[in-house]
Amino acid sequence: MATAVKQQENNDIPGTVFFDGHQAMKGYALNKMCYSFNRAENREEFLRDEDAYCRKYGLNEQQREAIRKRNVLDLIAAGGNIYYLAKFAGILGLGVQDVGAQQTGMSLAEFNAMLKAAGE
Amino acid sequence: MATIVGGITTSHIPAIGNAIANDLKQEPYWKPFFDGYPPVHAWLDQVKPDVAVVVYNDHGLNFFLDKLPTFAIGAASEYRNEDEGWGLKTLPPFPGDPEFSWHMINSLVNDEFDITTCQEMAVDHGFTVPMSLLWPGQSPPPIRTIPVEVNTVQHPLPSPGRCYKLGKAIGKAIESYPEDVKVVVIGTGGMSHQLDGERAGFINKEFDLMCMEKIISDPEKLARLSIHDLVKEAGAQGAEFILWLVMRGALTGRVTKVHSNYHIPISNTAAGLLVLENAA
Repeated sequence: MATAVKQQENNDIPGTVFFDGHQAMKGYALNKMCYSFNRAENREEFLRDEDAYCRKYGLNEQQREAIRKRNVLDLIAAGGNIYYLAKFAGILGLGVQDVGAQQTGMSLAEFNAMLKAAGE
Repeated sequence: MATIVGGITTSHIPAIGNAIANDLKQEPYWKPFFDGYPPVHAWLDQVKPDVAVVVYNDHGLNFFLDKLPTFAIGAASEYRNEDEGWGLKTLPPFPGDPEFSWHMINSLVNDEFDITTCQEMAVDHGFTVPMSLLWPGQSPPPIRTIPVEVNTVQHPLPSPGRCYKLGKAIGKAIESYPEDVKVVVIGTGGMSHQLDGERAGFINKEFDLMCMEKIISDPEKLARLSIHDLVKEAGAQGAEFILWLVMRGALTGRVTKVHSNYHIPISNTAAGLLVLENAA
């Protein structure tokens, strides 16, 4: 019998979710919706009727709630991938420092100070 | 025959595109970063490449999770830049070199790198920001381009060792092209950064500086790292360092450093820049 390839344990780095096959399956609808935001007309359609747009992409309740709350950690827990989520954040006018501050529970100024301190 | 004039690695953070568009290069925040580039421009003026092989990662513009190649290569006469979702002004298309692309495809597949071929390929900031940094004010840049795309979106990512070997196969492909063209190999992305999770904002200067030294003197050591090592030491998106290893693999065993720069932070990222030449 062939030996299965041993999967690397990917849950040992604190505060880090590996976007692997499991996450990719769980988050497919959410990520597909966020991928659609590459197009301006889709961003406008989402903003016109958020509920209808989420239904169109078949988001589950966990994903819908995370979108409603604009909560990045919840979106990741629901299978979201940061590269696609960045397009959703763009609709809200949030940059990567805003997203970082939200996830770490810091103010934007505190988060930026932490980045700067990493170079010192 | 085609020759490799050298290799460049540079970060490709989207905010750089904004800084260029809004002419912020001499602002205190940006100056230590942009001041790293004039020596690279002088070097490019001297070596005058005809073609750039640009190793980058797509961030959800050209590829989605429905069909996600591990390695892909452009075989188009031009590559479009498109809206990535933020409504930024797009750049004019980048000229390709499909004859050279197909030579590379034939050579790579012959060497058992079964790469996905793309006759249409939209390029995002991972590709365009380095072009704007290396050939400022020239849009499109005065070169033909061949994009090589590596999956960094969905695990499993290709290992550092595999990427280093891909680079070696790319070097062999370039040097077996019968036309007299000069080629620069560019690896984009990095260095340490993490955008997602409670660990967002993670930067590791010590690890980055070790990588910038060892990629010159002992790339085999870096090729022995795992993706897990890179995520742990360089952050979730710092795994983009595999793109630097593709560039390094395309050069010869011994290289000399022409120029380097390193600055923290640009956006959420440690920004690194290297120019290498094959040792005589």
